[in-house]
Amino acid sequence: MTTATGHAVCTDPAILNQWYAVAAIPEISVAQVHRTRLLDSSVAYSVTADGECLAWRTAPNDATVTVDASSQLDWLPTRTAFGYLWMSVGEPPPDVFEVQESAEPDRRTLNAATIGIAVSAPRAIENFLDMAHFPYVHPHMLGEEPHTEVADYTTELRNGELWAVDCRFYQPKAAVSSTEGVMAEYLYRVPSPYCAMLYKSSPGDAERMDVIGIFVHPISEEFVRANLFLCLLDDVSSDTTIRRFQQTIFSQDKPILENQYPKRLPLDPRAETPIRADKMAIAYRRWLTDLGVTYGVIPA
Amino acid sequence: MTEAWHPVAASSDLPLRHTFHGQLLGRELAIWRADGGFVNVWENRCLHRGVRLSIGLNDGRELQCQYHGWRYASRTAGCTYIPAHPADAPARTICNRSFLAFERYGLVWTGESPAGELPTVEVLEAADPFGLRNLPVNASAELVIEMLHGHGFQPNAKLDNFGAEIAVQSYGEHCRVLSAMAGGSTTTVVFFVQPVDASRSVIRPVMVGVPEPLVQTDVLRHHNAKLTELRDRIESEAARLPALQPLSAAIEQVPIHLSEVPIGAIGRRKAPLRVQVARKWQTATDIVAIEFESIDGQLPTFQPGAHIDVHLPNGLVRQYSLTNGPGELTHYRVGVKLEAESRGGSASLHETVREGDVVAISEPRNNFPLRRDSLRTVLIAGGIGVTPLLAMAQALHHNDLRYELHYFARADDHVAFRTILDELGDSTQAHLGLSPGGTAAELERILDQPGHAEHVYVCGPGPMLEATRRIAADRGWPDEAVHFEYFQNATEIDDTTSFEINLARSALTLRVGSGETILEVLHQHGVSLGSSCEQGACGTCSVAVLDGEPLHQDVYLSEAERELGDQMMVCVSRTNGKSLTLDI
Ligand code: FES
Ligand SMILES: [Fe+2]
Repeated sequence: MTTATGHAVCTDPAILNQWYAVAAIPEISVAQVHRTRLLDSSVAYSVTADGECLAWRTAPNDATVTVDASSQLDWLPTRTAFGYLWMSVGEPPPDVFEVQESAEPDRRTLNAATIGIAVSAPRAIENFLDMAHFPYVHPHMLGEEPHTEVADYTTELRNGELWAVDCRFYQPKAAVSSTEGVMAEYLYRVPSPYCAMLYKSSPGDAERMDVIGIFVHPISEEFVRANLFLCLLDDVSSDTTIRRFQQTIFSQDKPILENQYPKRLPLDPRAETPIRADKMAIAYRRWLTDLGVTYGVIPA
Repeated sequence: MTEAWHPVAASSDLPLRHTFHGQLLGRELAIWRADGGFVNVWENRCLHRGVRLSIGLNDGRELQCQYHGWRYASRTAGCTYIPAHPADAPARTICNRSFLAFERYGLVWTGESPAGELPTVEVLEAADPFGLRNLPVNASAELVIEMLHGHGFQPNAKLDNFGAEIAVQSYGEHCRVLSAMAGGSTTTVVFFVQPVDASRSVIRPVMVGVPEPLVQTDVLRHHNAKLTELRDRIESEAARLPALQPLSAAIEQVPIHLSEVPIGAIGRRKAPLRVQVARKWQTATDIVAIEFESIDGQLPTFQPGAHIDVHLPNGLVRQYSLTNGPGELTHYRVGVKLEAESRGGSASLHETVREGDVVAISEPRNNFPLRRDSLRTVLIAGGIGVTPLLAMAQALHHNDLRYELHYFARADDHVAFRTILDELGDSTQAHLGLSPGGTAAELERILDQPGHAEHVYVCGPGPMLEATRRIAADRGWPDEAVHFEYFQNATEIDDTTSFEINLARSALTLRVGSGETILEVLHQHGVSLGSSCEQGACGTCSVAVLDGEPLHQDVYLSEAERELGDQMMVCVSRTNGKSLTLDI
């Protein structure tokens, strides 16, 4: 399928019929038209003065400056969830997946960063699901040599979502105040093909877990904007401190991701060499294969 | 074009510990020089997750990927270390794609599958080459070559004049030799054109003879200006022509056995394959040949020099080298010598095992890999030691590489695998019934002349191996050029010492008492580590040493490797000190 201007757009139903977070609501300036692309389609969104979220398909060279709900436009469905504006260019499920923790009153919820990366969405997700790179890409932050071992963990499907449980990895500094390394515990969850969450033992509360999410906004097959969502049990650090930490992490991943070749994720098991530590990546690739995903990947 | 040799970098693009990003015919290359000088030209892609290796770290011996720290060895491009599983030896077959490389005329040459020798350009053989500026051009190599006819410059002695007469000579598809003549002086420049992609090239001009120091700057400036003009003309011409599709270089698939996530750590002596004895026959006095066929699918690939563990009905495990030729994968063929002092291994295969029996074997493992980039390969076999060398000889033979196989045997009836030897023809030579002195004299003759990029592989009984290594060293063969595989460790092993081992990655300290080996202690404490021969001959249980001085009792490590002291075979080696810190 091509648009009026002749460039190809996504036709993969598995990807088309999903919700995508395109912006953090507190960062959207009110009553203005914001343009972007989603799955190769030109789209725009706006938050009206009374807080209503609108989204519509546009021509690539569209220059509309004001809209309201009565405008004659090619409207697109929207939702708001966990502080983001979600939209879809297909036929999405009734609601965005749930993140129960986001409703807990004692948590801090914020968008830590939104960053453009020249890579496919599945490569970005796979990076998020990967512990083995911590000591190399995030030294002294998420990992540290020589503590490079990835202990065995389990992957499973829960209600159509992909999970990795019993993950443990050495973390040099669990919290700003700690001086020693700890074995941090992780749970990974992939609720939709281009979104992933991570639950991690919280330095602030031994019983509960911090939640970090990556909500990828696919601009095209090989370019994304990644939104990093935080839902933390931390009432000490300032927003700036938290953001800076996560932005550093992201900026370390970006050059690696942009040097992955090919940019789209190959689903053929013989395209790359997995090891035990990559169980989750393998499960993710199989899951995408089973969902019939063709966009952003190189099908097997 | 994939069969041709092309320049892909200037030698000066490879300073110490640097990794250079190159491209040839649409394929990206990671080009790096190891500390010893060896130039590696590899596919620019980590086999693990496809990250460019040109952003990797060149540590002088290995290239380390930035993403998960996998390390790849210089020369072989084989993966040597996977940090996520520090206790597992990486499968030796995880190997990146690498390409032949040579340096000549100050340039690094390679090719996808270059046929024949790297061509020489006579004018450059006669005088010293002087590299001019390398110039990337946005145009096809064909167009660049075409427009080199028409390029002009002044001879070095007449830089200020104009209108030198230019003679152009073609040297194959991608090289033009231009001579500028004026007022009785001539300067010749060889222009090599590197096809980077369909519409990108690099002109690599090399002047014949180094200009006088006083005029060098002027010469360089003159050519810079001329080359810039040339590039502008070529690019404006290219802009008028229809745009070309970029070339796409196919990425090879990883081998099927690497595509599955391996289950669990490499335990003690895993024997994942079940095979049937399809044929067993006497191939020489005291030597039987056995062919194993798979009973459940395709046998895994092997490399020349590889061996398999055979699990015998009596519970023993023995290693046998594969004698198969390249691509021969319908069966594995081994040769088994009946040892007089057999502990039951060879006797069992000679006497008990019959055609039709099913036995368990390991996947092939290679501790004796064959380089195929040598200009000449000398294979020296003693007795049953011929088996891995037969595999090597067939590979070299098949690839039309220059080699010779010297087979020392007691007598004619001790020569095994005649059919293979007959197929190999003139490159093999038998040396029969020689005394130790006679053998040494013959070895002196064979190893008389070491040459650049030549390699020796030797396998046979201990004394002969020792003699070969000594003679090779005397004759000036570099240590790295002499490869050997011991079948047995004849050294008397001292296991009386006791000491501590600190396991850096497992954060454990264990005590090794007298009468125990490090390997046994590791296994007792649930630390899994692969092992095979357990007599210090096969190299499987090699472990990196971080601290402490190992007492080497193996026959696997070379003298140079022992001196480095950074690895040891934990099945036999120990320490005289108080403790060792091991990278496990
Ligand atoms: S991509 Fe190179 S080590 Fe993982
Ligand atoms: Fe990361």
